[in-house]
Amino acid sequence: MEMKNASAGTLESGDIMVQIAPREEAGLHIELTSSVAAQFGNQIKKVITETLEGLGIDKADVKAVDKGALDCTIRARVTAAAVRATGKDVWK
Amino acid sequence: MRTSKVMSLEEAIRKSGLKDGMTISFHHHFRGGDKVVNLVVGKLAEMGFKNLHLAASSLSDVHAPLIDHIKNGVITKISTSGLRGELANEISHGLMAEPVVFRSHGGRGSAIASGELHIDVAFLGASSCDELGNASGCPRSENAKSICGSLGYALPDARYADHVVVITDDLVAYPNVPKSISACDVESVVVVDSVGDSSKISSGAIRDSKNPRDILLAQQAAKVIINSGYFKDGFSIQTGTGGASLAAVKFIRESMIEKGIKASFALGGITAHMVKLHEEGLIGRLIDVQSFDKVAAESIARDQMHQEVSSVEYASADHAGSAVHALDIVILSALEVDVNFNVNVLVGSDGIIRGAIGGHPDTAEDSALSIIVCPLLRGRIPCVVPKVTTLITPGKGVDVVVTEYGIAVNPARPEIAERLKEAGLKVVDIHDLAAKASSIIGTPDALPFGDKVVGIVMDRHGKVLDKIYNIVD
Repeated sequence: MEMKNASAGTLESGDIMVQIAPREEAGLHIELTSSVAAQFGNQIKKVITETLEGLGIDKADVKAVDKGALDCTIRARVTAAAVRATGKDVWK
Repeated sequence: MRTSKVMSLEEAIRKSGLKDGMTISFHHHFRGGDKVVNLVVGKLAEMGFKNLHLAASSLSDVHAPLIDHIKNGVITKISTSGLRGELANEISHGLMAEPVVFRSHGGRGSAIASGELHIDVAFLGASSCDELGNASGCPRSENAKSICGSLGYALPDARYADHVVVITDDLVAYPNVPKSISACDVESVVVVDSVGDSSKISSGAIRDSKNPRDILLAQQAAKVIINSGYFKDGFSIQTGTGGASLAAVKFIRESMIEKGIKASFALGGITAHMVKLHEEGLIGRLIDVQSFDKVAAESIARDQMHQEVSSVEYASADHAGSAVHALDIVILSALEVDVNFNVNVLVGSDGIIRGAIGGHPDTAEDSALSIIVCPLLRGRIPCVVPKVTTLITPGKGVDVVVTEYGIAVNPARPEIAERLKEAGLKVVDIHDLAAKASSIIGTPDALPFGDKVVGIVMDRHGKVLDKIYNIVD
């Protein structure tokens, strides 16, 4: 899928900042920094992966800075970043 | 013959007979603005002391320089009510060979009075002191540089330590009365530029909230109090330092005026909110172990009905006369509360020490009605959990838990649950609150604890209540 750099979200408490960039190699590479990494790091990565795969994205560099966002927030921010990166509107 | 006790810090330390391995003590009335601990321990390090036990009433972010003194072997043991900031983080990661001993304020007072916690030399900061050692947390001259109000946590140290050094930033003419610490208990007086930054007293745990969720929680807590059966003329009350518990005072005030109810006393850490109610005639006496802001410190300096008490008189379990035994209602906050009503206020849900026990278990156990106010979630961190990370206040002393998703009442207090239901409040099972939290955030992975004990939590009766293990990154 054609892709450019894009981001969504903020660094506010309860939010997550998601940056998506094109990647040469196959697969999703997720770099996560989280205030709740010890307890929820795996779960957050799982939600990011599932959201991107659901949008048909299987090749991207993802950088996420999480400040304790809930899963619904993570899905919303990842989706918004993906739409901006691909130009493909999934909400229509 | 009157002989001045004023000398340099180094002379005072030499005169005290302090030796390697002994116990030194400090109070935390300047909270985030304290300068005495770093000053004294820095001097002790310079003089070559090793292997000291630092017994403070509490420690905060400002005490990060202790990390180097621990690494260099100057301090090898710590007793305190709380730890925050970088020092807490390092200790949680295993900085010290010996675990930190945590006690409540009442527990510390009892341990000092019974001799279980023996203090060799106490270094006690004071905002005014005369040359013989009569000391106060109140300013007494135009040259005054600081104000901390009550010296309640320093009073057991002054009374029971073998040797007492008062450190002041305003040496005033004899007699410095009314006094908190008596010259009869003091061996030396040291004058320094500053004992503490008073503007930072209301830092740390205390915040005045405009957060709508805190205000909702405060309204609910006030409704619990008003309908609990304990809200009647002559009642007594204590509030913690959480935003919601401070905001609750505002709503209780309105109801007191409306119903013509007056309180006999307010206890504990006294805030500007309580001073206001007292000055309006709604609270008869303020019993102050710690002045939580400048308004409270100024009030204790001028108002006879605003009285200082020691931590023993405040919250000791050993003394039938301690004030907590006469306390009707206490509002407290929590980092975590579990389905058995156990509360943790010391260790974050990341396993890192980040708080203080304070008077939490003392007031919860001895009050007639204890109310914990906390949101269901803080970000993704659950506050109502299946089991607390660290046990600080056993659930048998906790009566009501107020969250924005409903109010849980300890099954041991069915009469309170009935009264709240009759008043139309949303009373829920605490298991349902924990399940609700879990349904929103998912199930957290287990914390990466190691096998080294970094902290021991003592209960207020002097028994080990829980152990805190190191965190492995």
